[in-house]
Amino acid sequence: MTTALRAWQRTLAATALLAAPPARAHLVETGFGAFYNGIVHVMLTLPDLLVVVALALLAGQCGKQASRWALLALPVAWLVGGIIGSMLPGGTVSGGKLWPVLTTLSFGVAGALVAFNGRLPVAPLAAFGVLVGLLHGYVNGASTAAGAASAELAGAITAIVCLFAILAAQITTVRAAWSRIAVRAAGSWVAAVSVLSLGWLVRPVV
Amino acid sequence: MNRHGNASTATVARRIALFALVAAPLMALAHEETGQAAGFVSGLAHPISGLDHVVAMIAVGLWGAVLGPPAIWVLPVAFPLVMALGGLMGLFGMPLPAVELGIAASAIVLGIMVLAELRPPLWLAAIVVAFFAIFHGHAHGRELPEGGNALLYSLGFVVATGLLHAVGILLGVARTWPAGRQVVRAAGGGVALAGLFFLWRAVA
Repeated sequence: MTTALRAWQRTLAATALLAAPPARAHLVETGFGAFYNGIVHVMLTLPDLLVVVALALLAGQCGKQASRWALLALPVAWLVGGIIGSMLPGGTVSGGKLWPVLTTLSFGVAGALVAFNGRLPVAPLAAFGVLVGLLHGYVNGASTAAGAASAELAGAITAIVCLFAILAAQITTVRAAWSRIAVRAAGSWVAAVSVLSLGWLVRPVV
Repeated sequence: MNRHGNASTATVARRIALFALVAAPLMALAHEETGQAAGFVSGLAHPISGLDHVVAMIAVGLWGAVLGPPAIWVLPVAFPLVMALGGLMGLFGMPLPAVELGIAASAIVLGIMVLAELRPPLWLAAIVVAFFAIFHGHAHGRELPEGGNALLYSLGFVVATGLLHAVGILLGVARTWPAGRQVVRAAGGGVALAGLFFLWRAVA
């Protein structure tokens, strides 16, 4: 065996030892592909899940007309935010704690509005849905795997539309007093989680 | 391998390369979700791991049932929010004197309210419950386990606290029967006695 060949083999061995396979810093991998990753991402990323649930509860409290507009506003804004985020990779990383604080605040505000039975008119509710959608969509888009952003966003939007429509439709039909109380209690839980999470995010590190 | 049975340098290199490939770490999935289940379960377990929290939370629900509407929904809605503020104080290391005494006192006071079927005005009931919620929240806020997911830990203990309130409210349904009403009052007495025990333990 020539010296050159031995050196090549040693180099190969050393490289194999040192090289780590690529770190895939995306949030959720289902193994079923990007579309399903997007669906599961919404279900497993707590700030996203809580904001969709809280907004759906709020929309349900606000009535059918408001729910319909919110059902349109939230996913469309989420999609727009996601597209912007996927075009500006690294945006959420460079923001430090800013984005987690904003997303946590968003579901906290939504939860507090539910807890206080804040029956918003159609326009403010839709505007709130747009703001929330743009914010969370942007964070989603910036964290999606390169090359799979469109499929993942499609999955995420599908999950959001289904979850929001089912929940909001249920809440608009709720008439029993105890059920409406349960909705408000759920809102207060979401708001409480937001307050505590904000504390954890901004507390000084000892 | 040579004729003496020793591996040549090339064979060793190949073996090292093969071993390295086999032993190489799998894809590093840099998920923030890692440890989620542990965070949620520890949060869920925290309020129910201490009997002092459990009896006080159930007493909040029972008292809500005794007070009837609108207190029955004001208390469970207000408590988590104020408790979260107490949690914030704990998180930021703001000192709160006699936290354990406050938690024990909450069981005593709320138990007596249920036992005696006291019905103060709604604002006063809300203030009493909110005052004690600060102590419970402070205790929770100090105790996030290392490495746990803070968001899920928070969700876990808010949900557990809310469910304990719900248990109290559901037990309070028994008040619709005359015998059930006495049972609920007795439960309030039991909570107050348990509070006295916790107070004695905290002082001792």
